[in-house]
Amino acid sequence: MANTPDYSWPPMESRKVMGKPFKRLDGPLKSTGRAKYTSDLNLKGMLFAVYLTSPYAHARITSIDTSAAEKTPGVKSVYVISPAGTEIQWFGREVAAVAATSEEIARDAVRKIKVDYEVMPHLVKEADLSKAGSKGKAAGEKIVGDPDKAIQEAEVVSEGTYGIPMADHVCLEPHGCVIQWQGDQVQAWPSTQFVTGWAGSIAPNLKVPAANVKVKMDYIGGGFGSKFSPGAWAEVGAILSQKAGGAPVKIYLDRATEMAIAGHRPSDYGKIKIAGKKDGTITTFQADSWGSGGFPGGPQPPLPYCYANIPNQRINFVSIVTNQAGSQAWRAPNNQQASYLTCSAFEDFAAKANLDPLDVFLKNADYAPARPGPDHYRWQLQKAAELAEWKKLWKPRDQKSGTVRRGLGLGINLWQGGGHSCTARTTIHPDGSVLLEMATQDLGTGTRTVMVQVAAETLGLQIGQIKLVIGDNSLPPGGASGGSTTVGGVSSATRKSTMNALAKLFEVAAPSLGAQPDELEAVDGHIRVKGSPNKSMTWVAACKKIPPGEGKISETGANDQRNPMGLNSAGAGGAQIADVTVDMETGLVKINRFVAVQDCGLVVNPRLAESQIYGAIIMGISTALYEERIFDEQTGRMLNQDMEFYKLAGIKDIGDIVVHVDIRPENDKRGVIGLGEPPAVGICAAVGNAVANAIGVRVPNIPMSPMNVLNALEGRNA
Amino acid sequence: MGVGTGALGTGLLEREGEAAPAPANVSGPGAVPITLNINGKPMKLTVEPRVTLLDALRNHLDLTGAKRVCDRGACGACTVILNGKTVYSCDVLAIDAQGKDIQTIEGLGANNPVSAAFFNHDAQQCGYCTPGFVMACKGFLDHHPNPTMEDVKHGLGGNLCRCGTYMGVRQAVLEASKNMKGAKNG
Repeated sequence: MANTPDYSWPPMESRKVMGKPFKRLDGPLKSTGRAKYTSDLNLKGMLFAVYLTSPYAHARITSIDTSAAEKTPGVKSVYVISPAGTEIQWFGREVAAVAATSEEIARDAVRKIKVDYEVMPHLVKEADLSKAGSKGKAAGEKIVGDPDKAIQEAEVVSEGTYGIPMADHVCLEPHGCVIQWQGDQVQAWPSTQFVTGWAGSIAPNLKVPAANVKVKMDYIGGGFGSKFSPGAWAEVGAILSQKAGGAPVKIYLDRATEMAIAGHRPSDYGKIKIAGKKDGTITTFQADSWGSGGFPGGPQPPLPYCYANIPNQRINFVSIVTNQAGSQAWRAPNNQQASYLTCSAFEDFAAKANLDPLDVFLKNADYAPARPGPDHYRWQLQKAAELAEWKKLWKPRDQKSGTVRRGLGLGINLWQGGGHSCTARTTIHPDGSVLLEMATQDLGTGTRTVMVQVAAETLGLQIGQIKLVIGDNSLPPGGASGGSTTVGGVSSATRKSTMNALAKLFEVAAPSLGAQPDELEAVDGHIRVKGSPNKSMTWVAACKKIPPGEGKISETGANDQRNPMGLNSAGAGGAQIADVTVDMETGLVKINRFVAVQDCGLVVNPRLAESQIYGAIIMGISTALYEERIFDEQTGRMLNQDMEFYKLAGIKDIGDIVVHVDIRPENDKRGVIGLGEPPAVGICAAVGNAVANAIGVRVPNIPMSPMNVLNALEGRNA
Repeated sequence: MGVGTGALGTGLLEREGEAAPAPANVSGPGAVPITLNINGKPMKLTVEPRVTLLDALRNHLDLTGAKRVCDRGACGACTVILNGKTVYSCDVLAIDAQGKDIQTIEGLGANNPVSAAFFNHDAQQCGYCTPGFVMACKGFLDHHPNPTMEDVKHGLGGNLCRCGTYMGVRQAVLEASKNMKGAKNG
């Protein structure tokens, strides 16, 4: 038995496959429309499910009659989710569902369901804390140092109010699944960020053994944090399937329902006071913030963000319960909000002190946490400033004139996502073919591609020689794709399983090379003796030595989140700069350029890493300029539950984006670090600060829409 | 169980058939037999008059490249080309598409220059908007073979992506314009 292999990554300079910009492996299938998402499935005898949802934000159901729906020809099952007596707590709450042989029939049947409601008072707006009343619950006050004394002694004190409203994920593929429940067997094709955990989550609700729940998913059309759990729809779909004799049921939310209930980012508003010295040193951070994620209330954002070690702090937070569906995790949960509140207050403090905000961010960088560290932020801020031509283009707020004004603003990010626990299996066959497997999922982040790159690197092969299978819960367990933990997890597990398999191959090949197994290496399609390149055999010749009685070599390898063995780590930081122009007459904000300097440790694929950062920034620009869930105070309904009035940025709305992936050797040594979240954090802050710099006043609330900009210019409260 | 292997929900399908008859003045309200000319082939199916071209493609013909995202003509994920014009197939009734030439992404083939350009520039992440973008790109380039970057930003403004692939799409459209000309000249 060979010793445990040294799993550490090959040195940066000697990598041949890792670190190279391979195109994503599933690209050809996606770009020709041949990639099959679960929402594309058309199974034999499949039924279509449609929901009836509540038009009221708060009401009691007094009666429900589904008899006419049940009698509709083509209807196969009807399920009442909220029977008489149920208290509805949000607009769009599921009341009943129908499965029929066509979607049209199911929609007709849903319209025939008669429901009587006793309407009750609701709260659907939380921007004004004074209207929350008993719906607000205060978290305990947190005090660090002596904020009162520090404020008293300060040379500069600035104060501002800032807010970031609820925003919808708008996954292009809505939430849902195709599901079939027959006896104690369940087969599901979900749209999920957690293939491995799906069965265990739904099994107790259906009272079937989790072992009997088969899950398969090849592609997912967006998740962004909102698709971890099976969702209530999976259970409803399963019940409709069982009631219909076990026919497969397709249950995907229509866009209006998706927008109302399938997930959104919690809001956060805050009054922030910053005190410090004339030279820009910040001594005190005081926050009174409040926010909501809907009916479950709101999570407290981590304030002060990133520069967390400010010596004097007073932090208060009120969680508000509203009559809206519950929020879901969104790509760096609570971080955009905290970054926006913190960085906006920093910019306003700099303006009050007549200082360049870049200098204030640099001067106070020692307040950043040890991982990735103050020097890291100083380097990134300088690099971002250089790429954005900060020294040339930045002007103080009071030196602007004309109708169209330009401004620059800063935002910073931080994320502590290590590699999640997961297990890969590498199988080497006597014909030289290699199979890599894991019950993970590729959200479009490039998971498939990086796994194959790691295996190919480890075996000295080309990426085309590795076959990969993911997306099936009968495979070795994957983790949930969230918190930027996937790439660290899957790359490390793949490294280990593949090295374990290679060690076995060395054992069977060693006698033919007259060497010990631990003297061998796999390079360029050959197994050879280290230091003696002449003593070599081809990959296929080595694989032929696998004894026929064993059939193949198959080894697993796991990443343990608590002991990543240096293969992956956490704590990625970045600095971002927005360059905008604002039309003072129309309030229109245009992005000229957006610069992002981002580190992510060891970069497995720079092409895909860049795509991730571009994507994060574009999503961030969209939230900064356009996005907001708008609810009507009178009726409690969501007013923009569609993609016409809930705006997303289009291809011409994003300006030019400059991404600098910080691939320095000292970052490479930290191992693999995910970057789904970190670059998505600072955009609202950078854009908001750029707008304030351009127009000379603070626009308190995201989005930087014409209405919000003009309100700020004219001194109106929104 | 065949996953995505051409099974049908409802309706009839014969891949061989005659060209479409002239549409009657009044159809429905029940399901009516229609013929759609898709990627050069007549396809017969039976749909209710209210069924959109998008749902006819996806649910009746298992042509699932076009995606249903907004279902209200806002996002472009369902883009197809109808008589040479780029349309949102969620905004067209299937019965109104009779007698017209319908091009879907399935008709472009595995090695077409537009999809190749999207692959080359990583103009896709989750990929759900990508087929619509590819068809919008094809329709745009058919009418604007020599676009500038500014033209691209306006011409592809009718499609939305949530993963944020626009930087790749911009480059992909410019490369596709060169590749398509190369294909024609060659």
